[in-house]
Amino acid sequence: MKPINEMKLKFESRSVNEAFGRSAVAAFAAQLDPNIEEISDIKTAVSEAVTNCIVHAYKDTVGTIYIWTSLYADGLVRIRIRDYGCGIENISQAMEPLFTTLGGERAGLGFAVMEGFCDKVRVRSKVGKGTVVTLEKRIKGRDSDD
Amino acid sequence: MAVRIVHSPMRLTVSVSGEIDHHNAAVIRYETDEAIQSSLAPCVRIDFGDVTFMDSSGIGFVMGRYRIVDSYGGCVEVVNLKERIFSMMKLAGLDKYVTLRKKEKGKKNETNK
Repeated sequence: MKPINEMKLKFESRSVNEAFGRSAVAAFAAQLDPNIEEISDIKTAVSEAVTNCIVHAYKDTVGTIYIWTSLYADGLVRIRIRDYGCGIENISQAMEPLFTTLGGERAGLGFAVMEGFCDKVRVRSKVGKGTVVTLEKRIKGRDSDD
Repeated sequence: MAVRIVHSPMRLTVSVSGEIDHHNAAVIRYETDEAIQSSLAPCVRIDFGDVTFMDSSGIGFVMGRYRIVDSYGGCVEVVNLKERIFSMMKLAGLDKYVTLRKKEKGKKNETNK
């Protein structure tokens, strides 16, 4: 299936850009006429993925974060978030709720939140090469009952 | 994003407004911890009534404050939670450690700001 619209975004992994990343994706997805709940779901999931790039992938350095967003006629939003950072050694462990390598102020819930707010979350990663997180969310829209 | 602090003898109230993400959490944490350190009140109330967005950084923030306050035997309550934020905190299991209270419709804000 071909997307009806696409956008690409590229920005530096500075924490001040977290709000920019999630707002830009949400603003782009708004053309599918999502309800407020769906917009919040997208914002929260993207925020988690971008934060992961900043605090894990490019820990102690500044790298580039890429976000591709595709919209489909049936209401599907596909968001790919990619970094060229350190990569994840053990993906299933990283995705476990409460697992964190940072401790203290991080809850270890990033992937759990992404999975909770999206229909599908896929992660590909290679140590030293980087990580791609694919989020899929189907927008039912403002006219839906729920 | 802003933090308002109200001291009273038995309770320190921290009202957070705006968006809580990993970036903003650092400032919110700093201001809250300064207030906790300068207060002798046993109870810390965190007011989320004016929070417009929160990701898992908000959960880490509450958990971190709980650890500090619990270390001297105090308690933490998080109030005026919007439905969405309330369910995120509940899912994370925060209700086992701190008191969570939802925003009550039509009721005046308890912290009388």
